[in-house]
Amino acid sequence: MSLDWLLDPLQYELIQRALLAATMTGIVCAVLGAYIVLRGMAFLGDALAHTILPGVVVAYLLGWPLAVGALVMGVLTALGIGFLTDQGMVKEDTAIGIIFAGSFALGVALLSTAGNYSVDLTHFLFGNLLGVSTSDLWVTLLLGGVVLAVIALFYKEFLVISFDMTLAQTLRLPTTFLRYLLLVLLAVTIVVSLQVVGIALILAMLITPAATASLLTNRLLPLMAYAAAIGAFSGVTGVYVSYHLDVASGPAVVLVATAIFLLVFLLAPGRGFLWRRRGR
Amino acid sequence: MVMKEAIGPARRMDVLHDTTAPLLDVEGLTVAYVPAAGSTPQARREERYALHDLTFRVEARELVAVVGPNGAGKSTLFKVIAGTLASDAGRVTVYGHGPGEHICIAYVPQRSQIDWSFPVTVKDVVMMGRVGQIGLFRRPRREDWAFVEQALERVNATALRHKQIGELSGGQQQRVFIARALAQQAELILLDEPLTGLDVPNQEAIFAVLEGLHEDGVTIMVATHDLQLAADRFGRVMLLNRELVAFGPPEEALTQANLLRAYGGHMHVLPGSDGDLVLADTCCDGHEDEL
Repeated sequence: MSLDWLLDPLQYELIQRALLAATMTGIVCAVLGAYIVLRGMAFLGDALAHTILPGVVVAYLLGWPLAVGALVMGVLTALGIGFLTDQGMVKEDTAIGIIFAGSFALGVALLSTAGNYSVDLTHFLFGNLLGVSTSDLWVTLLLGGVVLAVIALFYKEFLVISFDMTLAQTLRLPTTFLRYLLLVLLAVTIVVSLQVVGIALILAMLITPAATASLLTNRLLPLMAYAAAIGAFSGVTGVYVSYHLDVASGPAVVLVATAIFLLVFLLAPGRGFLWRRRGR
Repeated sequence: MVMKEAIGPARRMDVLHDTTAPLLDVEGLTVAYVPAAGSTPQARREERYALHDLTFRVEARELVAVVGPNGAGKSTLFKVIAGTLASDAGRVTVYGHGPGEHICIAYVPQRSQIDWSFPVTVKDVVMMGRVGQIGLFRRPRREDWAFVEQALERVNATALRHKQIGELSGGQQQRVFIARALAQQAELILLDEPLTGLDVPNQEAIFAVLEGLHEDGVTIMVATHDLQLAADRFGRVMLLNRELVAFGPPEEALTQANLLRAYGGHMHVLPGSDGDLVLADTCCDGHEDEL
């Protein structure tokens, strides 16, 4: 690999923006993803990503920043799922499934009324990393920074509610507030990732780096750090792969993350698949 | 020992302690049975109460065993006392105030309720007991780490502090969770089936820890299936089967009539050779009355 392979793409400003957006997305998704993986919220994360589609589409049709529509819809559905579950009338995964499929259908239906239907839908579903504008980048960096700051502020409380909800209650922590806050952070993170990997692939950025990191360490803080590094590396490498091999950027980012997971799964010292087989 | 002083009452909660009131005062406590989502209306009608009309008191410094068959409501009772589950009728007060106003009540869950693969070490788990005292937006201070160290020393688990919790034996896991309750500066510790699934040496090790705490003035309630242990090692025994069957010194509470009332068909009563009775509890492993 020559230096040109690395430097060549950097002469384009849109690649520079793409790299920054992909790095921020990789980090934010991975850090929040640690809680998603530990709390078993993968299905909820995927569902929430799909439910924001109508918000994004409405914003798009009205010419508003996409982030505004996504944020409103994301927060609304996060709160809505929390509310439906609290009622206890239907099981949680059923409630999520209903809202997930229903709003996704609404989003696709709304979009189908507009002109450039299939191209737009592809961008929403799989990201449009090379279309990141300067203002998009600022929104991504700002919201990503907010998510990381909130996680840092509530780190120990999130740890307790994830590990042992009953303890959180006997310590009289504001458990309902914390649970909803985590959902809102998830919604914001989805907004941050929208242009990088798209609705259909956000799940990978949430769980793959965190799951990879969980094979490497058994403490939460190092797990988050490893996951962030893997996420950022996947984002940057994905952009290069996309540039040089001329493949879609969102899938490229996700494929890099997946490849890292497989490598670690096979080779992780002490607990990788091959390591354990050798030990037998 | 110096550390006994440090693991004292939670200071910022002192204001809520009416020390003239009994440590735990329960009056007419009733909890309706909550059917699982999607269960049939018939199932909803059948089991009406998880707990019905319980009235009792526990004084400070008592060591109480709570025994009863599967589904007797032991976990439910503990969760109401801990303030993590609401009652449907009746009143529960701890030192004269509702459980929700205290952070000095610790609930040690059944081991089956914990995800042992969670990426936390022993000292991380014990530090979780401090989170209520540390407060929002703050990091653990030096004194919080001191509490953690003392608590670990207390349960003889100092050497385990850097281990991931999944690497521990069942007895060690239980002791670490007791240490967490100590770090919480609990005055009332509720242990849910702490001895289930442990061998005798491990049970003894845990019992040694509990008796040490009891001598230092901590009030302890233990849910257990082990009638022998309840009779031999506890000051008072509560016999529970959704209703309070009996509560008193073991020889008064654990009579044949009471045991039959509490266990019904779940117990075998066998006449022994010298006229004594051999009682065998036919339950239980782990997952009980998860409400």
